[in-house]
Amino acid sequence: MTRTPEDRAAFSVLDRPNSYIGKTVPRPNLDRLMQGRGLYVSDIELPRMAHVVFLRSPHAHAKITGIDAAAAKRMPGIIAVVTGQEIAAVITPWVGVLSHLKGLKSAPQSAIAVDRVCWQGEAVAAIIATSRAAAEDAAEHISVAYEELDAVTDMQTALDPTTSVIHPALGDNLAFERNHDAGTVDAVLAASDEVVEAEFIFGRHTGVTLEPRSVVADWNAAEARLTIYQGTQAPHMVQNIAALHLGLQESQVRVVCKDVGGSFGIKVHIYADEMATYALSKLLRRPVKFVADRVESFNTDIHARDHRCKGKIGVKCDGTITAFEIDDLTGIGPYSMYPRTSAIEANQVVNLVGGPYVTKNYRARARVVFQNKNVMCQYRAVGHPIACSVTEGLVDLAAMKIGMDPVEIRRRNLIADDAYPCASPSGLRFEQLSHHAALAKLIKMMDYDALRAEQAMLRARNIHCGIGIASFIEVTNPSAAFYGVGGAKISSQDGVAVRLDAQGAVVCQTSITEQGQGSESLTAQIVGSVLGVSMDRVRVILGDTDNTPYGGGTWASRGAGIGGEAALQATKELRKNILDVAAAILQSSPGDLDIVSNSVVNVSDGAPRIELSELARIVYFRPDTLPPGIQAELMATRHFVPREYPFAFTNGVQASWLEVDTDTGFVKLLKHWVVEDCGTIINPQLVDEQIRGGVVQGLGAALFEKCIYDERGQLTNANLADYLVPMSGEMPDIDVGHVVSPTLESELGAKGAGEAGTAGAAAAVTNAVNDALRPFGTIITEIPLTPQIILTALGRI
Amino acid sequence: MKASAFAYARATSVVNALELLAVYGDKAKVLSGGQSLMPAMNLRLISPEFIVDIGELAELRGIVVKGDVLTVRALTRHVDVLRSPEIATHAPLLKDATSHVAHPAIRNRGTLGGSLAHADPASELPACMVALGATVIVCGPRGERRIPAQEFFTGIYETALSPQELLVAVELPVARKDSTHFFHEFARRHGDYAIVGLAAQSTIVGGQFTDLRLGFFAVGDRPLLAGAAGKLVNVAVTPEVLAKASAILGEELDPQGDQQATPAMRRHLAKVLLQRCVSRLLCRPDLQSGEPAR
Ligand SMILES: Cc1cc2nc3c(=O)[nH]c(=O)nc-3n(C[C@H](O)[C@H](O)[C@H](O)COP(=O)(O)OP(=O)(O)OC[C@H]3O[C@@H](n4cnc5c(N)ncnc54)[C@H](O)[C@@H]3O)c2cc1C
Repeated sequence: MTRTPEDRAAFSVLDRPNSYIGKTVPRPNLDRLMQGRGLYVSDIELPRMAHVVFLRSPHAHAKITGIDAAAAKRMPGIIAVVTGQEIAAVITPWVGVLSHLKGLKSAPQSAIAVDRVCWQGEAVAAIIATSRAAAEDAAEHISVAYEELDAVTDMQTALDPTTSVIHPALGDNLAFERNHDAGTVDAVLAASDEVVEAEFIFGRHTGVTLEPRSVVADWNAAEARLTIYQGTQAPHMVQNIAALHLGLQESQVRVVCKDVGGSFGIKVHIYADEMATYALSKLLRRPVKFVADRVESFNTDIHARDHRCKGKIGVKCDGTITAFEIDDLTGIGPYSMYPRTSAIEANQVVNLVGGPYVTKNYRARARVVFQNKNVMCQYRAVGHPIACSVTEGLVDLAAMKIGMDPVEIRRRNLIADDAYPCASPSGLRFEQLSHHAALAKLIKMMDYDALRAEQAMLRARNIHCGIGIASFIEVTNPSAAFYGVGGAKISSQDGVAVRLDAQGAVVCQTSITEQGQGSESLTAQIVGSVLGVSMDRVRVILGDTDNTPYGGGTWASRGAGIGGEAALQATKELRKNILDVAAAILQSSPGDLDIVSNSVVNVSDGAPRIELSELARIVYFRPDTLPPGIQAELMATRHFVPREYPFAFTNGVQASWLEVDTDTGFVKLLKHWVVEDCGTIINPQLVDEQIRGGVVQGLGAALFEKCIYDERGQLTNANLADYLVPMSGEMPDIDVGHVVSPTLESELGAKGAGEAGTAGAAAAVTNAVNDALRPFGTIITEIPLTPQIILTALGRI
Repeated sequence: MKASAFAYARATSVVNALELLAVYGDKAKVLSGGQSLMPAMNLRLISPEFIVDIGELAELRGIVVKGDVLTVRALTRHVDVLRSPEIATHAPLLKDATSHVAHPAIRNRGTLGGSLAHADPASELPACMVALGATVIVCGPRGERRIPAQEFFTGIYETALSPQELLVAVELPVARKDSTHFFHEFARRHGDYAIVGLAAQSTIVGGQFTDLRLGFFAVGDRPLLAGAAGKLVNVAVTPEVLAKASAILGEELDPQGDQQATPAMRRHLAKVLLQRCVSRLLCRPDLQSGEPAR
């Protein structure tokens, strides 16, 4: 059931008078943030608070043979210098594995390195001082004796028998391998008219949040309780992990997450330096603040991607795609991250390749290897950009080979919009996707034929423009299948409590979090719409394990779909409770009453009967006037988790129009289009912003972003001058269109939209560059597509 | 990322600044707009013991035209250059180039004097000075020195300035009525330091260059006034003539490799710039078609 955004008639709970659903309403937190009244972790100042700076390893792999901190300890303002051995007394090490990722192995990781460092940037000592500057001064006076070890840096040779093994106890450098074989790949490839192969190379990059990772940990010895102020996407997960490794009960740990300056998956993991900060607070019995600076952000925030993926596609002359085959290799640093593991991205690549297409013949292998580089893990659109670039790159190569238009080959192979429910060759179950509707809309938005004509005209003038198309699917609204089944205490359900306060305003506590994507806004929109109150009466509280229901938080495009549904169900219950009391007060029946614009009204004629403030006054202050036996419950709580489908898949298609200067290798992005289907759209502006922001991160990967390591494992561009984030000056206009196929798993019908932009942007750009370079007979399958790479491919240098 | 501790003085006059520099010598650093100095200090790449802040010295501000000479004083901020009618009229090349320097927030603080004293080989402004034939005026304990721009820049972040001296102004010849200019750079993102750039000033009579000064930047350890220009002056420029000049340019260049570009790529891009510059200045699209000169 795919519909346009205009006809959402079926939604009675949502489609009410004055509904905010489907409307662009300003975010309630805008004024606060715009007036500089946000509260980020680095704004927090507590009495007796100390600052920690980590001395970090300059080597990619080395034994620590001695640490002399005597001189540093004597310096002004120094409270303590703590080594890995010392901190091990208060915090236990961890191993980042999950049981459902069979064979995944990793080694124990410590809060601060003990005896050995495994990447350049790993902490070897903590310097705690009265100010960050004093700690940095002292850090220069700690001498650490290292004995350098062989560094494993090239993932292509990590598994060679001659390469040293980073963790000898594990036997080899292979962290994880997954194989998948569906259909009859060899037979259909042999029977194909053409088989095309390519190797796709993806640079390592990272999330670059505006606000770096930051923590204030405050151990209150008198209460035996730790309060952690942290910009995190998953407060309850942090509570669980901190308690587990500090030997505390979860009830002894409170995690408070106020404003967060961007996350993108960077802040959904447990980092060694954050664990060390919690432990230091306990050890020193005082609040300790850690704010990563930009250089250490580059060296320690998880990196992502870094894949080499060989791909093969079979095609018939009529355009039928017969099979996909891939062999993916990725390097993840020395440890699998905790607790979500670093095998998920490769696993996703296997799951997602070929996903939009009909063919059932698919073989895949993915190998994940250890290296002496910074840790790698899930970052926005985990695995999707790899899978999409490989799939869509292969589809374009196949089209080129048989001389078919890239749109036409997709039309002939995308799963039909009426074929659902169905499953992908890797076994993913799709409830309802809309590839063809999305493609048709995209073609119209971009005026494809006119653009092709323009391209031909420009080509005659030696101007080389290209069009690139990329269809994609996206994992959203994950159930326990993602982490819970593997043993991680990461909740896939979320909870919302709503209550009517004594003046008829609504307080809503939700377990999802806000990092700038508008969780607060969409929650208030749902609560206001379902209850029948204006949004300015709804106050949303999030990010506090003491004061919100238990839940997963915000990651994997789940906030609106899961947290939003919990908000809807809780509000429905509150509405029912209010109408029950109203009926008693008004001597009416609940079915004859409704709530509209903050008042209880007659269903029949809409006439206002009682303002909610008056109802609340009676309930809270004159309950004696209510009929006997009536106990009002003006607070309701509901939780939600999808049960039918492990993931609510979404789909979409992107297109890029760009110009390649073949003399200089520079790419100019001229225009970008996205059509996506995230189901019910709660706030079109928030969705469009998510799509555009996601696209920009994908364009960063396509053209700019790369963590450049040398062969000794040194990160050589750990600063914002040399690591190029995409900036507005280079970004094209991004037009966003929607197709709406609500999920029937929830009444809300919303799926996720947070990662769709990132999933397909790089694939669209790469395809467009290759389209532009077609007259030159060269194909580039490596990103970022730097001028150096393009000039080299063109044989100009 | 906190600078190590340092002492600080706000100079009250040029004389006072010179006194302070005389006392502290190479332990001191002059603070102008701070847009290069402060990041370096915060990254602890340098840790000066003493900072002499010249930011309040009114005598170092201002843009003055007198006869054939345009004087731009050291504290002139990039944004002042962009807004100055004198510069737009008399040194339009400098205005064009400055619009490529960093971003508005940085241009609001960064100064011409600071940029030239800093002498980043990838910076636009030193190349403009060379192309325009500027004279750099510095003051020191032994009085004033006037240094031709080409002698001022001596290496990566190195100039003819001694630690006791202050750059006070530059003098530029006022652009002649019949002169034209060209500025272009290849940078990955708007506002980034260039991979390769060219600041050129020329006079053209009857479709031929009578004068051509080509200031390349980011192609070596300092801005390069390309001798290849000589091949293009007072001749009818044909593709062959241009190819010859391009070949000579290739020999003159000794570019460094870095993460953005290998030396070969820099050399290639410099030649593309030469071709585009000549074609644009002479209004000869025919010189740009086809393969770039190698
Ligand atoms: C993000 C970013 C991007 C940038 N991009 C560019 C770019 O694309 N192109 C470009 O050219 N620049 C760029 N810059 C640098 C900017 O233009 C600086 O303003 C300039 O290089 C230095 O000027 P300043 O006034 O800030 O000098 P400061 O930082 O104050 O000083 C720089 C150096 O010069 C010395 N100094 C300053 N003034 C004097 C003086 N009067 N006499 C003697 N010594 C002096 C100082 O001691 C110091 O060593 C960028 C800067 C940033 C932060």
